[in-house]
Amino acid sequence: MTIDLKTIKHISRLSCISLEDEKAQKLAGDLNSIFKFIEKLNELKIEDVEPLTSIAETTLKFRTDEVKSDNIREKILKNSPSDNEDFFVVPKVVE
Amino acid sequence: MSEISSLTLTELVKNIKEKKLSSTEITKAFVERSQKSKELNTYITEDFSSAIEKAQKFDDKPNFDLKLPGIPIAVKDLFCTNGVRTTAGSKILNNFIPTYESTVTQNIWQQGAILLGKLNCDEFAMGSSNETSFFGNVQNPIDKNLVPGGSSGGSASALAANLTPVTIGTDTGGSIRQPASFTGTVGLKPTYGSCSRYGIVAFASSLDQAGPMSKNVKDCALLLEVMSSYDKKDSTSIDFNRSKYSLELNNNIKGKKIGIPKEYRVDDMPIEIEELWKKGIEHVKECGAELVDISLPHTNYALPTYYIVAPAEASSNLARYDGVKYGFRSHGENLIDMYEKTRSEGFGDEVKRRIMIGTYVLSSGYYDAYYLKAQKVRRLIKKDFDVVFNQVDAILTPSTPSSAFKIGEKTNDPISMYLNDIFTVPINLAGLPGISIPAGFDKNDYPLGLQIIGKAFDEQNILNIAYSIEEKINFKNKITDWWIK
Repeated sequence: MTIDLKTIKHISRLSCISLEDEKAQKLAGDLNSIFKFIEKLNELKIEDVEPLTSIAETTLKFRTDEVKSDNIREKILKNSPSDNEDFFVVPKVVE
Repeated sequence: MSEISSLTLTELVKNIKEKKLSSTEITKAFVERSQKSKELNTYITEDFSSAIEKAQKFDDKPNFDLKLPGIPIAVKDLFCTNGVRTTAGSKILNNFIPTYESTVTQNIWQQGAILLGKLNCDEFAMGSSNETSFFGNVQNPIDKNLVPGGSSGGSASALAANLTPVTIGTDTGGSIRQPASFTGTVGLKPTYGSCSRYGIVAFASSLDQAGPMSKNVKDCALLLEVMSSYDKKDSTSIDFNRSKYSLELNNNIKGKKIGIPKEYRVDDMPIEIEELWKKGIEHVKECGAELVDISLPHTNYALPTYYIVAPAEASSNLARYDGVKYGFRSHGENLIDMYEKTRSEGFGDEVKRRIMIGTYVLSSGYYDAYYLKAQKVRRLIKKDFDVVFNQVDAILTPSTPSSAFKIGEKTNDPISMYLNDIFTVPINLAGLPGISIPAGFDKNDYPLGLQIIGKAFDEQNILNIAYSIEEKINFKNKITDWWIK
């Protein structure tokens, strides 16, 4: 199987990463060699194997749902790349 | 007394407790040496003046009951530090100031340690040479043309160069053990669930573990003892009876059964590594351990499995970097355009490559063929270890298939870079503890490491085996301070 430019563009859109054509071409090459390497897994017969989803196969613990506040609104907003002091600002979404 | 910065953690703690050295004297010694060592590019963010202030505060009111009393420590820049910039080696977090502290760093400050600064690493811990960092590559103090390994390359380099007495790193596929091996230092990846992941910038959540890096096994045991804790804030943290690793450390490994896996004898492995392994086997035999030939038949499938599982989890974890609430933002015509440009400009090539792989293997129509298949093979890899650990107490292997390579040597070939982790990746997939200790040199005098793999939660056992090998080998790093003018 080979990953063509069209597939690369599709993945690029899914992962929200814009790509220039030149970079997309190089990436297609890289991904093809990586997937060729990954194909080794096809040698194995695994129909009856249970997938391993978590290494610590324990049930998750419950905890009480508590409201906590450290009053750090200002500090959190300070990390925002937009300079509005009350909200996170993004480009206009609704006309 | 020898120079302060060359003392081990255990020696520093002893000197402080006996009031022979003050925290201020020690902190200043490491700050001064770090300032003279900028050429190595180990630090991303320095916190030196604040460190000296904290040291003076400690000396004013010392508490000698703590396990790390007034000891300055620099940490990998993947741990969130409250109020101190945390970048994960990425442009996209270049200006991020956390509002909270990671549990692991909190644990070490609580025992008296003092933050020296944040150390360079591969971007989002994705790399094996510290060359993917937005803040530039790090030099190995062994030789200026060598990579220090990765992703905890800044940590390994700073430790080997005596810029910090110990350090902490993270290990997703070898990121503590491989750089430890490349710099002649000790590095341990704990059992999955031993050290809390809370506040660590996430790469692949089912594989990531924080761990200690140090100059010897005793320091490693002490730092692990402080780092490891059950933490309600991490749902995968495991509540088990944690050993007092440093107190229970001993070199009695008589009667222990140690497995030698035939699959770790790979093609093209340099003869020096083969010999180093043999030497290690001789040493544990001399200590009274029993050697057992074992087989881990799915070893060769570990790397292909890892390069599905880790990017898949990374693509999901890194979806949060969208330029909205924190981090770098690029200008866009509309919201989607802003997201796409931010992520395109904010992430480096290796990170983008892995996000793309991960997105692809999780995308509609490919999930079963890749991700599900990888999870099934992961079960087989774990089973290999389960079976073997019915017969043996630990496994001895080389840490890496080669010594440190040259800067730029592997940057254009992702597969050859990935192959570096061939001996370390299976251990992450199986969630087991592994330690790398320096054990010898290659023909260029570059250090080589041996890895000891243990059963889950059996860190004490691998530390004890490492301790007894260390005693036999008596390794001395060959570092000339060439970077200090």
